[in-house]
Amino acid sequence: MKQSLLWWGGLLLAALLWVFLYLRLEGGAEVLVGMLGLSRSVPFGEALHFFLYEVPKVLMLLTAVVFLMGVVHTFVSAERTRAMLSGRRLGVGNMLAAALGIVTPFCSCSAVPLFIGFLQAGVPLGVTFSFLISAPMVNEVALALLFGMFGWKVALLYMAMGLGVAVIAGLVIGRLRMEEHLEEWVRKLQGSADAGSGIPERMEWPQRMREGLGHVREIVGRVWLFILLGVGLGAGIHGYVPENFMASLMGQSAWWSVPAAVLIGVPMYSNAAGIIPVVQALLGKGAALGTVMAFMMSVIALSAPEMIILRKVLKPRLIAVFAGVVASGIVLVGYMFNLVL
Amino acid sequence: MIQVKILGTGCAKCNQLADAVQAAIAADGIVAEVEKVQDIQQIMSYNVLSTPALVVDGEVRSAGRVPSADELHSLLRPKAKGCCCKGSSGSSCC
Repeated sequence: MKQSLLWWGGLLLAALLWVFLYLRLEGGAEVLVGMLGLSRSVPFGEALHFFLYEVPKVLMLLTAVVFLMGVVHTFVSAERTRAMLSGRRLGVGNMLAAALGIVTPFCSCSAVPLFIGFLQAGVPLGVTFSFLISAPMVNEVALALLFGMFGWKVALLYMAMGLGVAVIAGLVIGRLRMEEHLEEWVRKLQGSADAGSGIPERMEWPQRMREGLGHVREIVGRVWLFILLGVGLGAGIHGYVPENFMASLMGQSAWWSVPAAVLIGVPMYSNAAGIIPVVQALLGKGAALGTVMAFMMSVIALSAPEMIILRKVLKPRLIAVFAGVVASGIVLVGYMFNLVL
Repeated sequence: MIQVKILGTGCAKCNQLADAVQAAIAADGIVAEVEKVQDIQQIMSYNVLSTPALVVDGEVRSAGRVPSADELHSLLRPKAKGCCCKGSSGSSCC
Protein backbone atom coordinates (compact mmCIF):
# COMPACT_ATOMS: atom_id res chain seq x y z
CA MET A 1 0.00 0.00 0.00
CA LYS A 2 2.70 2.40 1.08
CA GLN A 3 4.75 1.48 -1.96
CA SER A 4 1.79 2.11 -4.21
CA LEU A 5 1.34 5.61 -2.74
CA LEU A 6 5.01 6.35 -3.33
CA TRP A 7 4.72 5.36 -6.97
CA TRP A 8 1.59 7.41 -7.62
CA GLY A 9 3.10 10.39 -5.80
CA GLY A 10 6.29 10.05 -7.78
CA LEU A 11 4.34 9.88 -11.02
CA LEU A 12 2.36 13.02 -10.16
CA LEU A 13 5.53 14.89 -9.26
CA ALA A 14 7.27 13.77 -12.41
CA ALA A 15 4.26 14.82 -14.52
CA LEU A 16 4.18 18.29 -12.93
CA LEU A 17 7.91 18.76 -13.42
CA TRP A 18 7.54 17.57 -17.01
CA VAL A 19 4.85 20.15 -17.82
CA PHE A 20 6.80 22.91 -16.04
CA LEU A 21 9.96 22.20 -18.05
CA TYR A 22 8.16 21.57 -21.33
CA LEU A 23 6.51 24.99 -21.29
CA ARG A 24 9.87 26.68 -20.80
CA LEU A 25 11.85 24.98 -23.53
CA GLU A 26 11.49 27.58 -26.26
CA GLY A 27 12.39 30.50 -23.99
CA GLY A 28 15.25 28.48 -22.52
CA ALA A 29 16.76 27.82 -25.93
CA GLU A 30 16.47 31.52 -26.75
CA VAL A 31 18.31 32.48 -23.57
CA LEU A 32 21.05 29.91 -24.18
CA VAL A 33 21.63 31.14 -27.74
CA GLY A 34 21.72 34.71 -26.43
CA MET A 35 24.24 33.79 -23.75
CA LEU A 36 26.59 32.57 -26.47
CA GLY A 37 26.42 35.98 -28.07
CA LEU A 38 24.44 34.73 -31.06
CA SER A 39 21.09 35.66 -32.42
CA ARG A 40 18.55 33.77 -34.47
CA SER A 41 19.05 36.12 -37.39
CA VAL A 42 22.38 34.53 -38.35
CA PRO A 43 22.35 31.00 -39.81
CA PHE A 44 24.44 29.45 -37.04
CA GLY A 45 22.29 31.04 -34.36
CA GLU A 46 19.14 29.78 -36.05
CA ALA A 47 20.55 26.27 -36.41
CA LEU A 48 21.72 26.23 -32.79
CA HIS A 49 18.36 27.46 -31.53
CA PHE A 50 16.61 24.77 -33.56
CA PHE A 51 18.87 22.10 -32.04
CA LEU A 52 18.64 23.36 -28.45
CA TYR A 53 14.87 23.58 -28.65
CA GLU A 54 14.01 20.44 -30.60
CA VAL A 55 16.29 17.91 -28.89
CA PRO A 56 14.94 18.32 -25.35
CA LYS A 57 11.39 18.74 -26.65
CA VAL A 58 11.45 15.55 -28.67
CA LEU A 59 13.22 13.60 -25.93
CA MET A 60 10.69 14.72 -23.33
CA LEU A 61 7.72 13.84 -25.53
CA LEU A 62 9.27 10.52 -26.38
CA THR A 63 9.90 9.68 -22.72
CA ALA A 64 6.29 10.46 -21.80
CA VAL A 65 4.77 8.51 -24.69
CA VAL A 66 7.10 5.54 -24.32
CA PHE A 67 6.36 5.35 -20.59
CA LEU A 68 2.62 5.28 -21.25
CA MET A 69 3.11 2.63 -23.93
CA GLY A 70 5.22 0.55 -21.56
CA VAL A 71 2.33 0.60 -19.10
CA VAL A 72 -0.18 -0.25 -21.86
CA HIS A 73 2.01 -3.20 -22.86
CA THR A 74 1.42 -4.78 -19.46
CA PHE A 75 -2.24 -5.11 -20.45
CA VAL A 76 -1.81 -6.28 -24.05
CA SER A 77 0.66 -9.06 -24.74
CA ALA A 78 1.28 -10.60 -28.14
CA GLU A 79 -0.43 -13.74 -26.81
CA ARG A 80 -3.55 -11.82 -25.91
CA THR A 81 -3.68 -10.09 -29.29
CA ARG A 82 -3.39 -13.45 -30.96
CA ALA A 83 -6.27 -14.84 -28.93
CA MET A 84 -8.41 -11.85 -29.92
CA LEU A 85 -7.60 -12.26 -33.62
CA SER A 86 -7.90 -16.02 -33.83
CA GLY A 87 -10.63 -17.09 -36.25
CA ARG A 88 -11.64 -13.53 -37.19
CA ARG A 89 -12.94 -12.99 -40.67
CA LEU A 90 -11.38 -10.66 -43.22
CA GLY A 91 -12.65 -7.14 -42.85
CA VAL A 92 -13.36 -6.67 -39.16
CA GLY A 93 -10.35 -8.85 -38.41
CA ASN A 94 -8.06 -6.61 -40.47
CA MET A 95 -9.23 -3.46 -38.73
CA LEU A 96 -8.85 -5.03 -35.32
CA ALA A 97 -5.41 -6.36 -36.26
CA ALA A 98 -4.20 -2.97 -37.48
CA ALA A 99 -5.48 -1.24 -34.34
CA LEU A 100 -3.93 -3.85 -32.05
CA GLY A 101 -0.68 -3.38 -33.94
CA ILE A 102 -0.33 0.03 -32.30
CA VAL A 103 -0.59 -1.16 -28.71
CA THR A 104 0.93 -4.65 -28.82
CA PRO A 105 4.62 -4.88 -27.93
CA PHE A 106 6.48 -5.67 -31.13
CA CYS A 107 10.10 -6.04 -32.10
CA SER A 108 11.07 -6.67 -35.69
CA CYS A 109 13.42 -9.42 -34.54
CA SER A 110 10.38 -11.43 -33.40
CA ALA A 111 8.47 -10.83 -36.63
CA VAL A 112 8.89 -14.42 -37.81
CA PRO A 113 7.86 -16.28 -34.64
CA LEU A 114 4.95 -13.86 -34.34
CA PHE A 115 3.89 -14.41 -37.93
CA ILE A 116 3.96 -18.21 -37.58
CA GLY A 117 2.43 -18.11 -34.12
CA PHE A 118 -0.55 -16.16 -35.46
CA LEU A 119 -1.10 -18.57 -38.36
CA GLN A 120 -0.65 -21.51 -36.02
CA ALA A 121 -3.53 -20.32 -33.88
CA GLY A 122 -5.85 -19.85 -36.83
CA VAL A 123 -5.47 -16.14 -37.49
CA PRO A 124 -6.14 -15.71 -41.25
CA LEU A 125 -3.18 -14.78 -43.43
CA GLY A 126 -4.63 -11.42 -44.50
CA VAL A 127 -5.37 -10.46 -40.90
CA THR A 128 -1.87 -11.49 -39.84
CA PHE A 129 -0.42 -9.22 -42.53
CA SER A 130 -2.51 -6.28 -41.38
CA PHE A 131 -0.95 -6.69 -37.96
CA LEU A 132 2.54 -7.17 -39.34
CA ILE A 133 2.31 -3.97 -41.40
CA SER A 134 0.72 -1.78 -38.77
CA ALA A 135 2.88 -2.84 -35.81
CA PRO A 136 6.22 -1.47 -37.04
CA MET A 137 4.78 1.44 -39.06
CA VAL A 138 2.45 2.97 -36.50
CA ASN A 139 4.71 2.78 -33.47
CA GLU A 140 4.99 5.03 -30.45
CA VAL A 141 8.40 6.42 -31.38
CA ALA A 142 7.19 7.58 -34.80
CA LEU A 143 4.01 9.05 -33.35
CA ALA A 144 5.81 10.88 -30.55
CA LEU A 145 8.33 12.37 -32.96
CA LEU A 146 5.69 13.39 -35.48
CA PHE A 147 3.70 14.97 -32.69
CA GLY A 148 6.76 16.83 -31.43
CA MET A 149 8.04 18.06 -34.79
CA PHE A 150 4.93 18.38 -36.97
CA GLY A 151 2.09 18.82 -34.50
CA TRP A 152 -0.83 16.61 -33.56
CA LYS A 153 -2.67 16.92 -36.87
CA VAL A 154 0.13 15.34 -38.86
CA ALA A 155 0.69 12.69 -36.20
CA LEU A 156 -2.98 11.76 -36.34
CA LEU A 157 -3.00 11.75 -40.14
CA TYR A 158 0.04 9.51 -40.19
CA MET A 159 -1.67 7.14 -37.81
CA ALA A 160 -4.89 7.08 -39.85
CA MET A 161 -3.02 6.56 -43.12
CA GLY A 162 -0.76 3.90 -41.63
CA LEU A 163 -3.79 2.01 -40.34
CA GLY A 164 -5.47 2.43 -43.73
CA VAL A 165 -2.50 0.98 -45.60
CA ALA A 166 -2.29 -1.93 -43.13
CA VAL A 167 -6.01 -2.76 -43.40
CA ILE A 168 -6.20 -2.53 -47.18
CA ALA A 169 -2.93 -4.36 -47.86
CA GLY A 170 -4.06 -7.15 -45.50
CA LEU A 171 -7.44 -7.34 -47.22
CA VAL A 172 -5.85 -7.56 -50.65
CA ILE A 173 -3.41 -10.28 -49.57
CA GLY A 174 -6.28 -12.17 -47.93
CA ARG A 175 -8.46 -11.93 -51.06
CA LEU A 176 -5.63 -13.12 -53.32
CA ARG A 177 -5.55 -16.43 -51.39
CA MET A 178 -1.81 -16.48 -51.09
CA GLU A 179 -1.71 -19.32 -48.55
CA GLU A 180 -0.02 -21.63 -51.05
CA HIS A 181 2.92 -19.25 -51.19
CA LEU A 182 3.84 -19.88 -47.60
CA GLU A 183 6.80 -22.18 -47.13
CA GLU A 184 5.68 -25.79 -46.87
CA TRP A 185 6.48 -26.33 -43.21
CA VAL A 186 4.63 -23.14 -42.26
CA ARG A 187 1.51 -24.24 -44.13
CA LYS A 188 1.48 -27.50 -42.21
CA LEU A 189 1.46 -25.55 -38.96
CA GLN A 190 -1.52 -23.39 -39.92
CA GLY A 191 -4.34 -23.77 -37.42
CA SER A 192 -2.48 -26.50 -35.54
CA ALA A 193 -2.34 -24.88 -32.13
CA ASP A 194 -4.76 -23.50 -29.63
CA ALA A 195 -4.74 -19.73 -29.23
CA GLY A 196 -5.35 -19.95 -25.50
CA SER A 197 -6.91 -17.13 -23.58
CA GLY A 198 -3.74 -15.05 -23.47
CA ILE A 199 -4.86 -13.15 -20.42
CA PRO A 200 -1.68 -11.73 -18.88
CA GLU A 201 -1.04 -12.33 -15.23
CA ARG A 202 -2.51 -9.88 -12.79
CA MET A 203 -0.15 -7.10 -11.90
CA GLU A 204 -0.17 -4.36 -9.31
CA TRP A 205 0.13 -0.78 -10.52
CA PRO A 206 3.63 -0.18 -9.15
CA GLN A 207 4.80 -3.16 -11.17
CA ARG A 208 3.13 -1.76 -14.31
CA MET A 209 4.87 1.57 -13.76
CA ARG A 210 8.16 -0.21 -13.26
CA GLU A 211 7.62 -1.94 -16.60
CA GLY A 212 6.90 1.48 -18.11
CA LEU A 213 10.19 2.81 -16.80
CA GLY A 214 11.97 -0.25 -18.14
CA HIS A 215 10.45 0.47 -21.55
CA VAL A 216 11.73 4.06 -21.38
CA ARG A 217 15.22 2.86 -20.51
CA GLU A 218 15.19 0.43 -23.39
CA ILE A 219 13.65 2.58 -26.13
CA VAL A 220 14.97 6.03 -25.26
CA GLY A 221 18.33 4.46 -24.45
CA ARG A 222 18.44 3.03 -27.95
CA VAL A 223 17.16 5.98 -30.01
CA TRP A 224 18.48 9.11 -28.26
CA LEU A 225 21.64 9.11 -30.35
CA PHE A 226 19.63 8.86 -33.57
CA ILE A 227 17.52 11.78 -32.44
CA LEU A 228 20.62 13.83 -31.68
CA LEU A 229 22.10 13.06 -35.09
CA GLY A 230 18.81 13.53 -36.90
CA VAL A 231 18.02 16.86 -35.28
CA GLY A 232 21.65 17.96 -35.77
CA LEU A 233 21.39 17.26 -39.48
CA GLY A 234 17.96 18.87 -39.51
CA ALA A 235 19.37 21.95 -37.76
CA GLY A 236 22.05 22.25 -40.42
CA ILE A 237 19.45 22.06 -43.17
CA HIS A 238 17.28 24.50 -41.26
CA GLY A 239 19.99 27.12 -40.93
CA TYR A 240 21.93 26.77 -44.16
CA VAL A 241 19.88 25.26 -46.99
CA PRO A 242 18.09 28.03 -48.92
CA GLU A 243 14.29 28.30 -48.86
CA ASN A 244 12.51 26.40 -51.62
CA PHE A 245 15.63 24.37 -52.33
CA MET A 246 13.62 21.15 -52.17
CA ALA A 247 10.61 22.48 -54.07
CA SER A 248 11.72 21.23 -57.49
CA LEU A 249 12.88 17.84 -56.16
CA MET A 250 10.24 16.96 -53.60
CA GLY A 251 7.61 19.60 -54.22
CA GLN A 252 4.00 19.11 -55.19
CA SER A 253 4.55 19.76 -58.87
CA ALA A 254 7.05 16.92 -59.30
CA TRP A 255 4.64 14.00 -59.80
CA TRP A 256 7.40 11.39 -59.96
CA SER A 257 8.77 12.37 -56.57
CA VAL A 258 6.27 10.24 -54.61
CA PRO A 259 7.14 6.86 -56.16
CA ALA A 260 10.81 7.87 -56.20
CA ALA A 261 10.66 8.66 -52.48
CA VAL A 262 9.12 5.25 -51.78
CA LEU A 263 11.76 3.45 -53.86
CA ILE A 264 14.62 5.27 -52.15
CA GLY A 265 13.07 4.45 -48.79
CA VAL A 266 13.08 0.65 -49.21
CA PRO A 267 16.82 -0.08 -48.94
CA MET A 268 17.21 2.55 -46.23
CA TYR A 269 17.02 0.98 -42.87
CA SER A 270 16.67 3.64 -40.26
CA ASN A 271 14.28 4.03 -37.42
CA ALA A 272 11.74 6.77 -37.12
CA ALA A 273 13.94 8.55 -34.61
CA GLY A 274 16.66 9.37 -37.12
CA ILE A 275 14.53 10.04 -40.17
CA ILE A 276 11.75 12.28 -38.90
CA PRO A 277 13.88 15.28 -37.82
CA VAL A 278 15.63 15.35 -41.21
CA VAL A 279 12.35 15.07 -43.04
CA GLN A 280 10.89 17.88 -40.98
CA ALA A 281 13.71 20.18 -41.99
CA LEU A 282 13.21 19.28 -45.67
CA LEU A 283 9.57 20.20 -45.33
CA GLY A 284 10.57 23.71 -44.34
CA LYS A 285 12.55 23.99 -47.58
CA GLY A 286 9.68 23.38 -49.95
CA ALA A 287 9.26 19.60 -49.94
CA ALA A 288 5.61 18.53 -50.09
CA LEU A 289 4.11 16.84 -47.04
CA GLY A 290 2.74 13.87 -49.00
CA THR A 291 6.09 13.10 -50.60
CA VAL A 292 7.84 13.37 -47.26
CA MET A 293 5.21 11.19 -45.59
CA ALA A 294 5.55 8.52 -48.27
CA PHE A 295 9.31 8.51 -47.85
CA MET A 296 8.98 8.14 -44.10
CA MET A 297 6.45 5.30 -44.30
CA SER A 298 8.57 3.48 -46.84
CA VAL A 299 11.71 3.72 -44.70
CA ILE A 300 9.88 2.47 -41.64
CA ALA A 301 7.49 -0.13 -43.09
CA LEU A 302 9.39 -1.59 -46.03
CA SER A 303 12.89 -2.52 -45.05
CA ALA A 304 15.14 -4.88 -46.94
CA PRO A 305 16.39 -6.69 -43.80
CA GLU A 306 12.82 -7.48 -42.80
CA MET A 307 12.12 -9.01 -46.21
CA ILE A 308 15.18 -11.20 -45.87
CA ILE A 309 13.93 -12.43 -42.50
CA LEU A 310 10.46 -13.06 -43.92
CA ARG A 311 11.98 -15.08 -46.76
CA LYS A 312 12.35 -17.91 -44.25
CA VAL A 313 8.58 -18.31 -44.13
CA LEU A 314 7.28 -16.81 -47.38
CA LYS A 315 7.95 -17.83 -50.95
CA PRO A 316 9.37 -15.07 -53.17
CA ARG A 317 6.02 -14.47 -54.87
CA LEU A 318 4.28 -13.65 -51.60
CA ILE A 319 7.11 -11.36 -50.54
CA ALA A 320 6.81 -9.55 -53.87
CA VAL A 321 3.05 -9.19 -53.44
CA PHE A 322 3.52 -7.96 -49.87
CA ALA A 323 6.09 -5.36 -50.88
CA GLY A 324 4.12 -4.36 -53.97
CA VAL A 325 0.82 -3.91 -52.18
CA VAL A 326 2.30 -1.95 -49.30
CA ALA A 327 4.37 0.23 -51.64
CA SER A 328 1.32 1.04 -53.80
CA GLY A 329 -0.64 1.90 -50.67
CA ILE A 330 2.09 4.27 -49.53
CA VAL A 331 2.31 5.93 -52.97
CA LEU A 332 -1.44 6.49 -52.89
CA VAL A 333 -1.18 8.03 -49.43
CA GLY A 334 1.56 10.32 -50.71
CA TYR A 335 -0.53 11.55 -53.65
CA MET A 336 -3.57 11.98 -51.46
CA PHE A 337 -1.68 14.19 -49.04
CA ASN A 338 -0.22 16.27 -51.82
CA LEU A 339 -3.65 16.78 -53.32
CA VAL A 340 -5.43 17.63 -50.11
CA LEU A 341 -2.87 19.86 -48.42
CA MET B 1 20.99 -30.78 -13.43
CA ILE B 2 18.61 -28.65 -15.43
CA GLN B 3 18.21 -28.30 -19.17
CA VAL B 4 18.23 -24.66 -20.25
CA LYS B 5 17.38 -23.62 -23.79
CA ILE B 6 17.61 -20.13 -25.17
CA LEU B 7 15.35 -19.62 -28.17
CA GLY B 8 16.24 -16.82 -30.54
CA THR B 9 17.21 -16.20 -34.12
CA GLY B 10 20.40 -14.38 -33.23
CA CYS B 11 19.15 -10.89 -32.41
CA ALA B 12 20.97 -8.63 -29.97
CA LYS B 13 18.55 -9.40 -27.16
CA CYS B 14 19.00 -13.13 -27.63
CA ASN B 15 22.73 -12.79 -26.98
CA GLN B 16 21.99 -10.60 -23.98
CA LEU B 17 19.74 -13.30 -22.58
CA ALA B 18 22.38 -15.97 -23.18
CA ASP B 19 24.98 -13.89 -21.33
CA ALA B 20 22.60 -13.14 -18.48
CA VAL B 21 21.73 -16.82 -18.10
CA GLN B 22 25.41 -17.82 -18.07
CA ALA B 23 26.11 -15.19 -15.43
CA ALA B 24 23.17 -16.31 -13.28
CA ILE B 25 24.22 -19.95 -13.53
CA ALA B 26 27.77 -19.12 -12.52
CA ALA B 27 26.64 -16.90 -9.64
CA ASP B 28 24.19 -19.44 -8.20
CA GLY B 29 26.38 -22.45 -8.85
CA ILE B 30 23.59 -24.17 -10.80
CA VAL B 31 24.46 -27.34 -12.68
CA ALA B 32 22.93 -26.81 -16.06
CA GLU B 33 23.21 -27.69 -19.69
CA VAL B 34 22.70 -24.58 -21.77
CA GLU B 35 21.79 -24.78 -25.42
CA LYS B 36 21.08 -22.01 -27.90
CA VAL B 37 18.29 -22.85 -30.31
CA GLN B 38 18.46 -20.74 -33.45
CA ASP B 39 16.47 -22.82 -35.90
CA ILE B 40 13.12 -21.19 -36.46
CA GLN B 41 11.25 -24.49 -36.90
CA GLN B 42 12.56 -25.75 -33.58
CA ILE B 43 11.75 -22.45 -31.92
CA MET B 44 8.18 -22.63 -33.16
CA SER B 45 7.70 -26.09 -31.67
CA TYR B 46 7.63 -24.34 -28.27
CA ASN B 47 4.70 -22.17 -29.43
CA VAL B 48 6.34 -18.90 -28.40
CA LEU B 49 5.32 -15.64 -30.06
CA SER B 50 8.30 -13.51 -29.26
CA THR B 51 11.99 -14.13 -28.86
CA PRO B 52 14.28 -14.39 -26.99
CA ALA B 53 12.58 -17.06 -24.94
CA LEU B 54 13.94 -19.00 -22.00
CA VAL B 55 13.05 -22.68 -21.68
CA VAL B 56 13.89 -24.60 -18.52
CA ASP B 57 13.34 -28.36 -18.49
CA GLY B 58 11.06 -28.11 -21.51
CA GLU B 59 8.88 -25.38 -20.04
CA VAL B 60 8.78 -21.82 -21.44
CA ARG B 61 9.63 -19.53 -18.54
CA SER B 62 9.91 -16.16 -20.26
CA ALA B 63 9.44 -14.79 -23.76
CA GLY B 64 10.19 -11.56 -25.55
CA ARG B 65 12.43 -9.98 -22.99
CA VAL B 66 15.60 -10.26 -20.96
CA PRO B 67 14.60 -10.82 -17.32
CA SER B 68 16.57 -9.12 -14.57
CA ALA B 69 19.22 -11.05 -12.65
CA ASP B 70 16.84 -11.41 -9.70
CA GLU B 71 14.13 -12.82 -11.89
CA LEU B 72 16.48 -15.20 -13.63
CA HIS B 73 17.48 -16.51 -10.24
CA SER B 74 13.95 -17.79 -9.66
CA LEU B 75 13.24 -18.65 -13.30
CA LEU B 76 16.22 -20.99 -13.42
CA ARG B 77 15.02 -23.07 -10.53
CA PRO B 78 14.01 -26.61 -11.49
CA LYS B 79 10.30 -27.27 -11.60
CA ALA B 80 9.00 -27.64 -8.08
CA LYS B 81 8.03 -31.24 -7.46
CA GLY B 82 5.23 -31.96 -5.06
CA CYS B 83 4.61 -29.06 -2.82
CA CYS B 84 5.93 -26.41 -0.63
CA CYS B 85 9.45 -25.30 -0.35
CA LYS B 86 9.79 -24.26 3.25
CA GLY B 87 11.24 -20.92 4.08
CA SER B 88 11.54 -19.88 0.48
CA SER B 89 10.82 -16.27 -0.25
CA GLY B 90 10.42 -16.75 -3.99
CA SER B 91 6.81 -16.81 -5.11
CA SER B 92 7.51 -18.75 -8.26
CA CYS B 93 7.55 -22.18 -6.70
CA CYS B 94 4.57 -24.35 -5.84
